[in-house]
Parts: sequence; structure tokens; C-alpha cells
Amino acid sequence: MATSNTERGTDLVKRGLAEMLKGGVIMDVVNADQARIAEAAGAVSVMALERVPADIRAVGGVARMADPAKVQEIIDAVSIPVMAKSRIGHFVEAQILQSLGVDYIDESEVLTPVDDNHIDKWNFTVPFVCGAKDLGEALRRIGEGAAMIRTKGEPGTGNVVEAVKHMRIMNRQIRELTLMDDNELMNAAKDIRAPYHLVREIAETGKLPVVNFAAGGIATPADAALMMQLGCDGVFVGSGVFKSGDPAERARAIVEATTFYQDAAKVAKVSAGLGEAMVGLNVDTLAPADRMQDRGN
Amino acid sequence: MKIGALALQGDFREHLATLRRLGVEGAEVRTPEELAAVDALIIPGGESTTIGKLAHIYGLIEPIRECVRAGMPVLGTCAGMIFLASGTTDGDQDQLHLLDVVVERNAFGRQVDSFEADMQVAGRAEPVHAVFIRAPWIHKAGADVEILAAVVDPSSGEERPVVVRQGNILATSFHPELTSETWVHELLVAAATDHSQPS
Repeated sequence: MATSNTERGTDLVKRGLAEMLKGGVIMDVVNADQARIAEAAGAVSVMALERVPADIRAVGGVARMADPAKVQEIIDAVSIPVMAKSRIGHFVEAQILQSLGVDYIDESEVLTPVDDNHIDKWNFTVPFVCGAKDLGEALRRIGEGAAMIRTKGEPGTGNVVEAVKHMRIMNRQIRELTLMDDNELMNAAKDIRAPYHLVREIAETGKLPVVNFAAGGIATPADAALMMQLGCDGVFVGSGVFKSGDPAERARAIVEATTFYQDAAKVAKVSAGLGEAMVGLNVDTLAPADRMQDRGN
Repeated sequence: MKIGALALQGDFREHLATLRRLGVEGAEVRTPEELAAVDALIIPGGESTTIGKLAHIYGLIEPIRECVRAGMPVLGTCAGMIFLASGTTDGDQDQLHLLDVVVERNAFGRQVDSFEADMQVAGRAEPVHAVFIRAPWIHKAGADVEILAAVVDPSSGEERPVVVRQGNILATSFHPELTSETWVHELLVAAATDHSQPS
């Protein structure tokens, strides 16, 4: 017995990996030890980084793709899928990450963008996840080949307010499309600056054609459960785990809250006695230049 | 008749959607009580280490073992196959030890090596279309394990099973829940129908 007509890097294969991550937590890690802690806590995947967003914010300057040696160290440390970030528009960083065997590339506003144009993601075998603040942005990224979407939130703040806002906007815009007459869809596509064929698809199905995770500012089990109840498929936790008092316990608690997000008693139980959450920033006091969510277009 | 999908993590909604297409009632299973209310169980694709840990913490391992040993039909896809198995080639993780096989996780490589393809399956006239995502294959199978499909390991030239059946246990390395084909779920539904009817 054998296989025939084998194809790699198809939409189904790329989007399919994101389907497998649903209901799970993807955690930012900066070394092999953190990656092993995340895996032991039940993370479905880790994001290999040079620095977590809170530290990128603190250090300032240009934030770039992680050192390939660091990415490799993390790939070698765990059996779960490994993601890594490239700068927006930096297709060579993406080529490098693909060659390392990274399982998903996050073309991320957390790093410093190099171009107004995002990467043409159809050119890659490896799948991409991209951030979005609203439906138009999500559909532009999907139009460029993104196989997974996440809310942008405001990374490295420990403040979930922006992720909530972005999820609500996305849900509302999807509902609006489903109520429209077909004759209205071209104007709707123009208004949200999205590819027409994707607007039509959403109007018919009432949902994004790819998995949508929450990201940006998730710091507690309750934050994760909130985003799940708002309709996200899973959560990314950036600085929230390893900037807290007890990363292993907090990581496990967020994993359990993401599974049992509808069960307040279980979320209460896992939230009890977790120690200090990361300190957190108020998003409305950030200078415009410090707002990572406004990067990309 | 009602078929449950283990809903700790992974693509359980796609399995439930396939059941709906077949006109079969489905239910999400996260607790031993919810398990007790179904006639068959699907363990979905996902991250097997995460599913195993959550099943362990929330006391589902023993109840699932008891149900399956008592004859409840079960289907595991990808991570579900790993969770049903008795071991892996790369170390310990929480497993059910119901299916007498040792699996090799990520056997085909990393995500860039994931693929879809047509494949021959025993008992089916036409090739099936299968999507393998960071998929496992079976490294070693016990004598009671019936091999319905296998692929050739390019490094050793040996055949590695990817669809197997052992009594009431059915497992696939690939994801029937992601394609439009329903034959895998139909096998489970047939087994569940037999099982739920008092003899």
C-alpha cells in the first residue's frame, strides 16, 4: 500500500495545523528551559523569541527575528510545534525560519516592521499566523496567504482590554456581513478594505475561513476564559507567563482555564493562590509610537 | 444513540460536524459524567501531550479505559491515536494503553513535511484522500492489531501502519474530520449502533 498525489503546503495542510491547536494555549518562550516548562504545563505550542514583548517594550530599539541558534535550541527541547516571529514584510527572516523547520511563522507587529507590504505568504510551505484588529485586516492577511489569525491586542502590557476590543469588532463585522444583501457586499469589501471573494465567503458562512486565536495582554486564567467565551479558538500568552511570580503554575492554570472556560468553578479553582501576575500597563497612557497594534496595515 | 467527542483540546468541533452530516447526535465530553452519557467516543486531533495531561488531571483516564474495555467503540485520529496507544518511541506521556501499539510521533517530520495524499485502505475499492499533519505512524503493533493501511518509511523501507483496528478501537494517523469523506466516522457509527442495541 502506498500514497499517491502527495502535496505539501496546501491550504488544508497549513490551516489544518491551526485546527489542531484549537482550545489550547501557545506560550512565548526565550530559551529551552522555558520551552520545557511550557510543554510540561500543557501548552499546545511555543513561540520562540529573543525577548518577550514586555522586555522588547522595555529595551526599545529595533526588534528582529530571534537568533537561529536560539530557535534551534527551542526546537530541540520540545516535541510540540514551535512557532517563531518574523518582522512584518521581512520575507528573508521568514525564509530563514522555514529553513530551520519552524512549524508556524508569526509575521508579527511585536517586532519592528521593515515594509508597508506584508509578506506574500503563498510563496511558503510553512504556514503563517498574523495579527488583526478588525475583519478587514484579518481578510487582507488571509488574502496574502495567512493560515491562522490572532487578535493584535496590545502586546507586552498584561492588559487584555485591546484584545477584547479587537475580538468584539471582528465578531460584529462578521455578523453585519451575514445580514447584508448580496448587492451590498462589494461596497462592504471596499469599506473594510478586504478582498471581495473573502467578504462573500464570510457573508455565506458567518465565520472566518481560518482559526482565530486571542493574543495581546492575556495574563490570568480569567483573561483566557474571557477570550474563549468571546469566541476565540484558543489563546497566545506572551509575557503573561514568564513575567509572573510562578510561571509553571500560572501556565498550567491558563491551560486548564482555556479548556474549562465555561465552568466558572473550575476557573476559580485554578486561579486560586497563583501569586503575582505580571504588573501590567495602562494602554491609554502609552505614547502612539509605543502602540504595537498600529504597526502593519 | 449519541457519540461523544473528547473536548479537552483539539478539533473536536470538526468531528461533531462530521457526525451531524451523518445525521448522528454528538456531544462534547469533558467530564466522567459526560462520558457516561455517550455510546461511543472520538478522541480528536490536537496536541497529544496536552490532551493526555488534561485527561489525567481531570480524572478521565480510568473512566475511558473502563468504557472501552467494556466494549464502547472508540475512534482516535492523529493525537487520538497517540493517546489510545501503549507507548511512544520518544519517551513517556499520559496514554490510555488500550491500543496495543507503539507510535512514533511526528513520524513524517515537521510541519513543512505535512501533506495530503490519496491512499489505499483495505476493504475500500477507491483510494481515500487523507491529510497528515505532524502525524504519527505506528512503529510496532501487537498481534491483535489489524492493519487497514500503511505507508512506506523512506529511511528503512519498512511499512508503517496509519489506519488500524483492534476490536472496538479504530485509529487513524490522518484527519478524516478535515476532509469531506465520512467513511471513518461511518465505521464508528456502525460499531456504536451495534453496541448500543441490547442483544
